[in-house]
Amino acid sequence: MTTVRLIGAGSTKDKRVFRIPPALVAYLQAVPLTAILGFFFALPILMIVTVSFWDYDFAGLYPDFIMLNYEEVLGSWVTWKTYLNTLKYMAMVWVLTLVIGFWVAYFLAFHIRTTTMQMVLFLVCTVPFLTSNIIRMISWIPVLGRNGLVNQGLVGLGIVPQPVEWLLYSDFAVVLAMVHLYTLFMVTPIFNTLMRIDRSLFEAARDAGASSAQILWNVVIPLAKPGIAIGTIFVVTLVMADFSTVQVMSGGQSASVALMMKNQMSLLQYPAAAANAVVLLVLVLFMVAAILRVVDIRKEL
Amino acid sequence: MTMKTSKTTKAAATGVTRRTLLKTGAAAAGAVAGSGLITGFPTIWAQNPITLRQFGTGVSNINAIAEKCKADLGITLEMTATDSDAAAQRAVTQPDSYDIADIEYWILKKVFPSGVLQPMDTSKLKYFDKVVPLFITGKLNPDSVIAQGTAPHTVGFVEAQDSKTFAKEPTQWFTMMPTIYNADTLGIRPDLVGREITTWADIMDPAFKGKTSILNIPSIGIMDAAMIMEATGEIKYADKGNMTKEEIDKTIEFLIKAKQAGQFRAFWKSFDESVNLMASGEVVIQSMWSPAVAAVRSKGIACKYQPLKEGYRSWGGGLGLASHLSGAQLDAAYEYINWYTSGWVGGYLNRQGYYSACMETAKNFMTADEWGYWIEGKPAAGDIMSPEGKVMEKAGAVRDGGSFEDRMGKVACWNSVMDEDRYMVRRWNEFIAA
Repeated sequence: MTTVRLIGAGSTKDKRVFRIPPALVAYLQAVPLTAILGFFFALPILMIVTVSFWDYDFAGLYPDFIMLNYEEVLGSWVTWKTYLNTLKYMAMVWVLTLVIGFWVAYFLAFHIRTTTMQMVLFLVCTVPFLTSNIIRMISWIPVLGRNGLVNQGLVGLGIVPQPVEWLLYSDFAVVLAMVHLYTLFMVTPIFNTLMRIDRSLFEAARDAGASSAQILWNVVIPLAKPGIAIGTIFVVTLVMADFSTVQVMSGGQSASVALMMKNQMSLLQYPAAAANAVVLLVLVLFMVAAILRVVDIRKEL
Repeated sequence: MTMKTSKTTKAAATGVTRRTLLKTGAAAAGAVAGSGLITGFPTIWAQNPITLRQFGTGVSNINAIAEKCKADLGITLEMTATDSDAAAQRAVTQPDSYDIADIEYWILKKVFPSGVLQPMDTSKLKYFDKVVPLFITGKLNPDSVIAQGTAPHTVGFVEAQDSKTFAKEPTQWFTMMPTIYNADTLGIRPDLVGREITTWADIMDPAFKGKTSILNIPSIGIMDAAMIMEATGEIKYADKGNMTKEEIDKTIEFLIKAKQAGQFRAFWKSFDESVNLMASGEVVIQSMWSPAVAAVRSKGIACKYQPLKEGYRSWGGGLGLASHLSGAQLDAAYEYINWYTSGWVGGYLNRQGYYSACMETAKNFMTADEWGYWIEGKPAAGDIMSPEGKVMEKAGAVRDGGSFEDRMGKVACWNSVMDEDRYMVRRWNEFIAA
């Protein structure tokens, strides 16, 4: 029960006490978040959904209710191919970030003995974040290029006679840059869940005769599932929404869903881009729902 | 700024500033004496805080121009630079956000009919008669052939002040004052291609597999593709600037085939990307813009803007007046445009490797050597400096492609917007996704 005293003129004779009805209190507490989410999340999404049914030409948008934008999006092989391509990136990046992220988190959580050292090393992981995303991505170009560091090294050592072409402007480059950019999003939540595991469980498992591999498989991984799920949500949504990495690292040779939207927007085809955005949103929501179905984050946190 | 305030300040200004007027007039006369040109501007805006908001593509939104404009006219120019697509979009969707639109002619073709720009009265344009005939009749010389695509003169005039349809013949109503234009071709790394490059078709040479690039801006990229495809002899377009659906299909299929065969290393979207691709040796032949070639050379790397036998793909931009301009602001806008064409800016742009629309006035602001190098195609007598004072070319250099007449006289096609624009863009996206 909350009581709010309004201190009027400070006099005692006119002491008034407002009692806010208990039902209202809960609503009041929810107001700030609702307002923020409403204005910056629900409203824009509502507008995107609305605009996706509008008609358009070069000069403007015309309020309407047509399915043409969706027909064009879903009926074109470009969309399907682009989605497949984006999903391919997502799967590759997810597997790689999961393996690397779990590895790093496991090392930090169980092999570093002092908490201070753990925190120091964890901060070291975040150092790349001190520069911008774009710079970290672009800095791969002089490394991977035809006359880049790697190729110069390989040719210089006589390992390959000709510079390797597929290092840059290829799927390899895209996936490499994404793994570099997004692994920390996997490390952090997994590290967090690993730190919460009660160490006595390991002793119990060992007493019961479990090998190290069995402990990892039957104790650590099941308990790390919420962290893995959260990291997965981060990585999946980031990769699905990426356009700059794909454009820069593939040299414009590959398409991603967000890049397709960006192209449409730059050509004033807002309703088409909105329809695309709605399709992507639905797809990503399904993915997140599927992840949450496999792992109940709330129960296990 | 509201119109009302600008009017009142103007009235006040003319009352009190006779002395300042004389002073500025004297300064102007002094400046003029050096160049041997009389450019007295009737109104002095220094006491009258007029701001003109100009937006457009990065090429001509140059700070030095805004500074000089402030010094000469007292008009504050607020410049915003965007890419071509965004410029087209902004011109139509936010007409109140700018006073002067600095856009390309193919964008104008889309934008003008929407009514966001007003035509200019040629009688108020001081240097209208000095504009290169390319923008009036479409012919640089009386015997030139009119190029394909959205040639500027086809969208240069409207029938009447309130008309939105383009006139076939020159009228009193000029849609846009041309300011800057150039002839584009392929850039090459002469040290890496290892042979003569003479035709657009050379970009498809299997020898350059994985070492070529074209630009990924649909409306311009399709033109480069058309130049290439026509040069290979696979197709003959009726008008490259306005393809039929079948022609678009054939062109895109040609591109997809080349892409899947690995002919291209990358597709670039911005100026910097094209410079980096060339400078790093990732590509040896690609579509390029002239200042990008200069930027590669300024790194000490050999790069040539190779003239090709099929001719150039050309583009041009100009200044248009927003519909909402009136009164003092409209006067200021006219004055700004007259100043722009009076020579200083023209000389500046010519020295950047672009062309100015009023060559005669620009000549007065260039040295004989600069004029010889940039415009007449003569070998440079001394070092050629950029407007920022960097050495661009050593003495003895000759401009790629030669003189103004040689380059602009060989335009095969102008950047354009097609009737089947939407279809073309859809197919272009397929090419990028393929």
